[in-house]
Amino acid sequence: MTKFGIAQSVRRVEDPRLLKGHGTYTDDITLPGMLYGVVLRSPHAAANILAIDTSAAAATPGVLAVLTGADLDIGPLPCIVSLTNRDGSKQYTPPYPALAGDAVHHVGAPVAFVVAETVQAARDAAEAIIVDYDILPSVTDLATALDPDVPQVWDAAPGNICFDWQTGQQEQTDALFAQAAHVTRLTVVNNRIVVASMEARAALAEYDAATQRWTLRTNTQGGWLLKDLLGKAVFGTGPESFRIITPDVGGGFGMKLFLYPEQVLTCFAARRLGRPVKWTSDRSEAFLADTHGRDNITLGELALDADGKFLALRSRNVANMGSALSNFAPFIPTMAGSGVLASVYGFQAIYANVIGVFTNTVPVDAYRGAGRPEANYLVERLIDRAARELNIDRAELRRRNMVGPEAMPHTTPTGKVYDSGEFRLVFDAALKTAGWAGFEGRRAEAAARGRRRGIGLAYYLEATGGGPTERAEIRFAEDGFVDVYVGTQSTGQGHETAYVQLTVDRLGVPGERVRIRQGDTDTIPEGGGTGGARSLYSEGQAILATAATVIENGRRAASEALEAAPVDIVFEAGRFAIAGTDRGIGILELAATQRARAAAGEAAATLDAAEVAEIKSHTFPNGCHIAEVEVDPETGQVALLRYSVTDDVGKAVNPMIVRGQVHGGVAQGFGQAVLERTVFDPVSGQLLSGSFMDYALPRADDLPDIEVELIEVPCATNPLGVKGAGEAGAVGSPPALINAILDALAPLGVAHIDMPATPERVWTAVRAAA
Amino acid sequence: MPQVSLTVNGKHATVEVEARTLLVELLRGNLGLTGTHVGCDTSQCGACVVHVDGQSVKSCTMLAVQADGASVTTIEGLAAADGTLHPMQAMFREFHALQCGFCTPGMVMSAIDLVRSHPEGLTEAQIRHGLEGNLCRCTGYHNIVKAIAAAWPLMQDRQPAIAAE
Repeated sequence: MTKFGIAQSVRRVEDPRLLKGHGTYTDDITLPGMLYGVVLRSPHAAANILAIDTSAAAATPGVLAVLTGADLDIGPLPCIVSLTNRDGSKQYTPPYPALAGDAVHHVGAPVAFVVAETVQAARDAAEAIIVDYDILPSVTDLATALDPDVPQVWDAAPGNICFDWQTGQQEQTDALFAQAAHVTRLTVVNNRIVVASMEARAALAEYDAATQRWTLRTNTQGGWLLKDLLGKAVFGTGPESFRIITPDVGGGFGMKLFLYPEQVLTCFAARRLGRPVKWTSDRSEAFLADTHGRDNITLGELALDADGKFLALRSRNVANMGSALSNFAPFIPTMAGSGVLASVYGFQAIYANVIGVFTNTVPVDAYRGAGRPEANYLVERLIDRAARELNIDRAELRRRNMVGPEAMPHTTPTGKVYDSGEFRLVFDAALKTAGWAGFEGRRAEAAARGRRRGIGLAYYLEATGGGPTERAEIRFAEDGFVDVYVGTQSTGQGHETAYVQLTVDRLGVPGERVRIRQGDTDTIPEGGGTGGARSLYSEGQAILATAATVIENGRRAASEALEAAPVDIVFEAGRFAIAGTDRGIGILELAATQRARAAAGEAAATLDAAEVAEIKSHTFPNGCHIAEVEVDPETGQVALLRYSVTDDVGKAVNPMIVRGQVHGGVAQGFGQAVLERTVFDPVSGQLLSGSFMDYALPRADDLPDIEVELIEVPCATNPLGVKGAGEAGAVGSPPALINAILDALAPLGVAHIDMPATPERVWTAVRAAA
Repeated sequence: MPQVSLTVNGKHATVEVEARTLLVELLRGNLGLTGTHVGCDTSQCGACVVHVDGQSVKSCTMLAVQADGASVTTIEGLAAADGTLHPMQAMFREFHALQCGFCTPGMVMSAIDLVRSHPEGLTEAQIRHGLEGNLCRCTGYHNIVKAIAAAWPLMQDRQPAIAAE
């Protein structure tokens, strides 16, 4: 076995750098002559701007520019999704300028941008700006935003409705509900999440007047989208006028996919002032200015026949978009979320209606799973409710309705085609791993101590997604290294390691000699970035295709070097050889020879190659999460005691990294289910949970060990057999946790609780049921 | 402007700073030691933890002038001159205790102080409790806890009690 082989838990290539403090995150970069930008943000959720007086700010020592909306002769930030409503009209896309024009629509909206020699001077100047606001009533709560007589965020969007979209088979679904033996109904809340990557956003722009090009260093999940949006929609100078460099990124979770106002502002100011301009978000700003996640209220209905077989699913999902539309926002609850409503079960029909709603809040967009956790949460909560109503064992009800492996490929009513899946096999393994059968003893033992113990499960299915192509380029560098240029963007997932493993597997070179190059749109002409758990299977296919071309190039070169016909050359373990002989040449030596000959003017082709792989199918990772909790009915405190995940993410290239991804996803799901509550003041529209002192991120002592078992059912639609693993942990965990809490509270008569199940909520539910 | 003299990773430095300058700003800005990170502005996340005279300190919560005369160790000062990782760094790598790496410097500095302050041994519960001042959004802490447990005996010059995958 090689040191960097596939299916091994290879220790990460990126770790020594990051562990020694030698990582380079955007804010770590200082350029000569660099200036600092600070954003003045709206303190009001809704207001008209009557006047802005920047004179005192502009007079502050060290200040070079004080920009307001009136200064920006550029386009607004675009939304790249345009939905068609049920009535055939289009969604309403409101203006989304980088700096407010004559009105602000959420607390934290950018109003002015101050650029100064030091960040302190810029801050002092921002405080000296006087804005005359005419404060208006606001609406921040999704539950009331559609009510009559609430404040309207946009005049052009009556009723605060952004879109009214549908999918599925409405008539057939209604007919199945009419003939159903039983219908279970449930309304669930998917609470609003502050993404809170530990590294906040930052942008450092410089402009070269001679070439009329920007270089923007910023933490993204792929710079190519930004290059395109900045060049086309915002500045109109063309994508080629932007070079986006993404340094090390400290977590993204979807939130760093998008173009943000501050990236536009640093570029604008850098061009105007002729000096580099850096903006770094502080944490308080991040709470107000990063896109939030989730925020749906969903009515779900499940129709069953007399045998407990699922007939149809119907949902009406109300989804908060915030005050404007971030790049992908309307896509998340619609195509992304509704697409997986069938999960692993055999429905005859599905119908989903999604209403996008404007509120006076920061825009909402993708957060780890992006629509699919919300859909899975609805389905798995509904099934537990139905099992209870019908007095059928909840595990048995699921098993009875799972699609079997003999049905693969399976087309769902929402049009997804599952290539593979052994749902019952994975399910049974999960129950065994979690000690499901012996649980009642543990419940009784806890009850004797005055604690309510519960066990809950969720079987999730996720549909990974993203760009339809991906590119790789392999170059044999002069210093003897093999450089692999990729179009995805790691924000902590360990891509550098997994891609080295793939390269070593195909080219047989030592792993220490492979370098993964990412994050520069000038050296990498195209890339789909990282999102939707797409990277390994998308970039993996591109690396495989490129490696195959490298080997073909090598075969031709070797046939010359070894003086044999190309068909007689075999490639094995990093060496080209004449079949049946011991005559051969190593790939690194051959590449070096070819490069040297080409440099000397000989007609020698290098081994270098680039290929773009077409990603024809996405993947459907799935698995079972089982949570065991204890609730103290006196305090409402929920303690998570055991957690296990049995996952089918296809072939695991690096099981250690896969498990790490699942751990992190589970922790984020735990945060959503139990801790993280985003609260706006209903009158002022202020974000009350605006810091880590108010907004509860999971801490080490909130969580137990998380057991992750991998059952590999190879994906049939990519040659690696891999399925995307990055989001899965966050998809399965919220329903497993809430189902466990409800199982614990069922003896007390509690039938429903919404996320997050904070002690106050649990305590109140227990008291209300008594 | 006030002058601050201090020793950072064994090297002496004297810098002039505005009185309101935080220790983390001195380290990152004046000294260019960007391994120490800033993850919040309410002293909650612990990404900025360094050692001041051997004690872990959130460097965003200490004025630079308060560190006058002190000896400061940052993440850059942990590995040996030949690049050999400190046992805590090595176990973080061995147990995959970092993903994006942003919380990692503070996490490692806190973990070292946690181990040093518990020569009698560390239970899993003590480790989890001891990390209360450090936030990580990537790992779910599972592997961080394992790494610290494995580093404890190494830092007592013993063999690790548990093996990585």
